[in-house]
Amino acid sequence: MFNAFLQIVRKELLGAFRQQSDILNPIWFFVIVVTLFPLGIGTDPALLARIAPGIIWVAALLAALLSFERLFKDDFIDGSLEQMMLAPQPLTWLVSAKVFAHWLLTGLPILLVSPLLAVFLSLQENTFWALFLTLLIGTPILSLLGSIGVALTIGLRKGGVLLSLIMLPLSIPILIFSTMAIDAATFGQSYIGLLALLGAMLVAAMTLAPFAIAASLRVSVS
Amino acid sequence: MWKWLHPYAKAEKSYTLSGKLMPWFLAVALPTFIVGMIWGLAFAPADYQQGDSFRIIYIHVPAAMMAMGAYSTMAIAAFIGLVWQIRLAEMTVAATAPIGAVYTFIALFTGAAWGKPMWGAWWVWDARLTSELILLFVYLGIIALYNAFSDKVLAGRAASILTLVGVINLPIIHFSVVWWNTLHQGATITKFDQPSMATDMLIPLLIMIVSFAAFLGFMVLYRFRNEILQRESHRPWVIALVQQSSSSVNKRG
Amino acid sequence: MAFASWSDFIAMGGYSFYVWLAYGVSLFSVLLLVISTVAKRKKIFKHVEQRLLREQRIKAAENREGTL
Repeated sequence: MFNAFLQIVRKELLGAFRQQSDILNPIWFFVIVVTLFPLGIGTDPALLARIAPGIIWVAALLAALLSFERLFKDDFIDGSLEQMMLAPQPLTWLVSAKVFAHWLLTGLPILLVSPLLAVFLSLQENTFWALFLTLLIGTPILSLLGSIGVALTIGLRKGGVLLSLIMLPLSIPILIFSTMAIDAATFGQSYIGLLALLGAMLVAAMTLAPFAIAASLRVSVS
Repeated sequence: MWKWLHPYAKAEKSYTLSGKLMPWFLAVALPTFIVGMIWGLAFAPADYQQGDSFRIIYIHVPAAMMAMGAYSTMAIAAFIGLVWQIRLAEMTVAATAPIGAVYTFIALFTGAAWGKPMWGAWWVWDARLTSELILLFVYLGIIALYNAFSDKVLAGRAASILTLVGVINLPIIHFSVVWWNTLHQGATITKFDQPSMATDMLIPLLIMIVSFAAFLGFMVLYRFRNEILQRESHRPWVIALVQQSSSSVNKRG
Repeated sequence: MAFASWSDFIAMGGYSFYVWLAYGVSLFSVLLLVISTVAKRKKIFKHVEQRLLREQRIKAAENREGTL
C-alpha cells in the first residue's frame, strides 16, 4: 500500500519535470503578484512590512488556485482516474498521494522563493521565520482544500472559476491565522499558539479531506 | 422508525406529504409575521440608546438565526443523503440553499442599514457581519456548483459534499473571524449584542423568529416539491397531476 | 403604542430611512424568492403539458397515416 503511494508520487514528479512550465508558472505568478503591490502602493519599507503577510498569503492562495487545474485534469482526461478507482488500494490513500505530490510541486517551491519575497517586502528576520512556518503548515491545507474543489468541479466545462468561488471562502481561516501569527512575530510576541492551531487544522484536513476528495471524484467520474 | 419512514423515500409519497404540511407552515408563518412586525415596529418601546433604529433587530436577528438554521438543515439532509443514498435528501439540500442565501443577504443588508446610523458607516468589519458575508459566499458556492451540473442527481450529490465540507469549516471560519476581529478592532462594542432585553422588546423578536422559521419550512417544502416535479416529470403520477391541473383550469376558463 | 401619531411612526425617531430601507429590501428579496419559486412550479407544469400535447399530436398524426 505504501508502495502505491510512493509510485504515484514518483509518477507525478516525473511527469512534472517533463513539463516544467506546469510547476514554474504558478511560482512565477506568485512572485509577479507580490511585486505588483510595492509598485501599486509605494515603496515605504514600514508600510510594506506592515502589509507583507497579507500580500504574500493572498498571493499564495491565488497561485495555489492556478496550480489546481492540473491536479486531476490529465488523469481525468486519459482515464487513469477511473483506473485509480478500480485499483485494489483504497481511493482515499491514492488521492492522498496525489495531493502530497501536488504540494511538493507547488507548496514547496513557494516556500523556497519566500526568502526572495522577504527581501522585496523588507521583512525582519523574525517575521520571515513566522512567514516561513505558516507557509510550511498552511500550504498543505490549501492543497487539501483545493483538491476537494477540484474533485467536485473536474467534470464541468467551466470548472475553473467555480473552483475559486468554492475554495476561497473555505480557506479564509488559514489566511486569518497565518497573518495573525506573522503579525504577532512582527510585534515580537509569541506565535506558537497560532502555529499549533494551524497544525491542528492541518491534521484535521489530512484526516478528513481525502474522504471528501474520494467521494467527490466518485461523483465527477460517473 | 425506518419502516415508517421508508415510504417517504418514494418521491410521490413525499410530494403528497409535503403538500399536506405546507399550509400548516404558512398558517404559522403569516399571522406571526403580521403580529410580530406590527408589534415590533409600532408597539415595542424604543431602545434608550439606539432609539427607533433598533427596530431593525426584528428582521436582522431572525434572518441571521434562520440563515444558520437553513444551513443546519442542509447539513443534516446532506449527511442523510450521502450516507443512506437517499436522493430526496440531496434534493432538500438543493431546495434549501437559495432560501438560506436570501436570509443571509437580508441579515447582511439589515446589519449594514443598522450599522450606518450606529457606527456612521454602511460596512464595518464586525465579526458577526464578516462571518455572515462568508456564509453568503459559501451559500453562493453551493448554488453555483449545483447549477453547474446538468445531471441533477450528480448535482445534488456534489452540493451535498460541499455542504458537509462547509459545515466543518464554518465554525472554524466563525471562530477565526471573531478572533481576528478582537485583534484588529480592539474595544469596539458590537451593537448587535443585547445582553438583556426588556420583555416587551423580546416577545416580538421571538414571534418574528418563529415566523421566519415557519416561512423557511414553507419555502423548503415548496422548492422541494419543485425539485421532485422536475426530476420526475416523465413519471405517470406527475403527468396525471399536470393533466388534472390543466383540466381544472380549462373548466374555469 | 410607542408612537403618538402616524407621522411619528413613519419618522421612526429620525431613523426612518434606515428602518424602512431595511424592512423594504428584506420584504422585496423574500418576495423575489417567492415569485421565482412559484414561477418555477408553473414552468415545470407548462413544460410537461407541452410535452404531452406534442405527444398527442404525434400520435394523432400516426393514426391519420394509418387510415390513408
